[in-house]
Amino acid sequence: MSGNGPLVAIRNVVKRFGSIVAVNNVSLDVQQGEFFALLGPSGCGKTTLLRMLAGFETPDSGEILLEGEDLVGVKPWKRPVNMMFQSYALFPHMTVYNNVAYGLREDRLDKQEIDRRVREVLEMVGLLGLARRKPDTLSGGQKQRVALARAIVKQPKVLLLDEPLAALDRKLRVEMRLELKRLQHEVGIAFIFVTHDQEEALTMADRAAVMNAGQVLQVGTPQELYELPTSLFVANFIGESNVFTGSLKVAGDDVTVVGAERAWRVSAEASRRVGLKDGDAVAIVIRPEHLQIIPAASGQETNGLSNTATGMLIETAYLGSMRHYIVELDDGTRVMAQTQAGHIFDSLTEGTRVSVGWELERGVLVPADDEALIEGAGLSGAL
Amino acid sequence: MKKFTQQLVLLGPGLAWLVVFLVIPLVLILSYSFFRRGPYGGVVYEFTLKNYKQLFSPLVLRVFLTSLRIAVITTGLALLIGYPTAYAIATAAPQWRTTLLGLVALPFWTSYLIRTYAWIVLLNREGVINHFLMRLGIIHEPLGLLYNEFAIIIGLLYGYLPFMILPLYSSIERLNPELREAAADLGAPPLKTFFTVTLPLTLQGVIAGSIFVFVPSLGNFVVPELLGGGRRLMIGNLIQNRFLKARDWPSGAAMAFGVMSIVLILLLLQAWATNRLQEGGANAE
Repeated sequence: MSGNGPLVAIRNVVKRFGSIVAVNNVSLDVQQGEFFALLGPSGCGKTTLLRMLAGFETPDSGEILLEGEDLVGVKPWKRPVNMMFQSYALFPHMTVYNNVAYGLREDRLDKQEIDRRVREVLEMVGLLGLARRKPDTLSGGQKQRVALARAIVKQPKVLLLDEPLAALDRKLRVEMRLELKRLQHEVGIAFIFVTHDQEEALTMADRAAVMNAGQVLQVGTPQELYELPTSLFVANFIGESNVFTGSLKVAGDDVTVVGAERAWRVSAEASRRVGLKDGDAVAIVIRPEHLQIIPAASGQETNGLSNTATGMLIETAYLGSMRHYIVELDDGTRVMAQTQAGHIFDSLTEGTRVSVGWELERGVLVPADDEALIEGAGLSGAL
Repeated sequence: MKKFTQQLVLLGPGLAWLVVFLVIPLVLILSYSFFRRGPYGGVVYEFTLKNYKQLFSPLVLRVFLTSLRIAVITTGLALLIGYPTAYAIATAAPQWRTTLLGLVALPFWTSYLIRTYAWIVLLNREGVINHFLMRLGIIHEPLGLLYNEFAIIIGLLYGYLPFMILPLYSSIERLNPELREAAADLGAPPLKTFFTVTLPLTLQGVIAGSIFVFVPSLGNFVVPELLGGGRRLMIGNLIQNRFLKARDWPSGAAMAFGVMSIVLILLLLQAWATNRLQEGGANAE
């Protein structure tokens, strides 16, 4: 078997449709047993990449290796890879049982073996009682489970999932995230799933690749992607961000970002992390939960914070477990802060004068311009 | 009540049309079929089953069988040619589909009669095809392509092929392409995918197309008249002959109902078979 190499290795894959470059020089590794997400906005090339793994599209150049063997040119029906389709693509003229058994019959297994495996997998997704039903008589969530059962019953080396939860309503979607994760642990198959929903990717994936315009911008664990984005795109796409732009000024360990109105201090470590140098156009990214908000009238100190600014609270929103504040700074920029509900400032009203600020190490530095963004992509791809 | 009035107004014109031009003539023809022929044509209103008994005479039976054979062969060929055509159009790039469908419907721009005459020009002993084959030295004697069953089938096939392609196209086009991909993904090579997924799920189109070709082929009298040469080759000619030449309306009416009952029986059989196929298709393997 593969031993220590990655399960799936995508190497410099390019795919064009006419003049459009759908996938532009993508390289990725997916490990054995991993739950891996391809995350990005629609049209970013994530689905094309998935379809190339399934064999429905052929790369113009590059390699796709499964346990070290090149899959390019291997027909879809000969790949040890199965896919769960966004539309589920259940065969409407067959019962649930026969939908699940379809792939096993193609393998010419004997009848008892097929029956045993179909029952086992239907039991696993909790649908054994509906085996005789036709797909049209099932609810959305049940169809999704049948599609999943049909895709895992052949015990593929990799399971591909194209927007697996997109067709479900919100409540079910959240439930199914955990369910999918449980199943993945149970069967131990590597899952590669495509989604445009960052929350879905963060909650389910062990690692995710963030894609935009045919390229992979960053690969990492959900925590890495959220806490240490390497590009402005990733910072904006995953979670909410406050962004301050300017040019980087490095004087020893004293690093600042000089903006139009004022300069902001950043940690030297933050500047080293993405390899930015003096004079580069950069952006500081502050997550709303790291932006602290202090009423000016409270007389509370702001010394713990490295960067502070004053402004006026213009909007508050109560979201149950937390509360959002929109503050317009004196220079006109708007920022968002977030606190846990039950915080002492719950009673702050709109129109209050406030100070906002953050601790030095909370400021994440990323390149601000587009070229740097793409260079950053090359950099993170190599990580 | 208001809804009922509205529906009556909407359905009224179509309903009136059907009653005046279909139901009443059918009832008239049906009643004629149980009466006697008058000595100088016309109908003598005197009940008899003679007209139906005559359907089982060797001559009429033979014509019925020939007609059935021709209609079945025509339908089968139309299906064999029409399915790949419809499949190619339905899976072509969307910007091409309208053009290709337009080409399928193009023959409708000229009269059916003229197009049938054109086949005489193509098929006769001095016609284009014989001329061409002799020039190439493939044959030395002209082939007898015209005035036989072959010519009839060619003519019917040509005339009704679009009626096969169009319903097939719409049922293939409606099929979610991910279903074919799912079958391939689960290990089925293309032919297997076709027989286990594509064909069962487009059976409605196959049946609709087959009916649209079979029914008019069975009753056609223009093509056998022009391309078949023989007077009584198909049942349509026989019926036409009964009504117009022999002036035996009751006998023609009985034959017409004979054709109708064959068509009805076949439709019922087909509906039953489809039901079974769709129910049981899943368990087949």
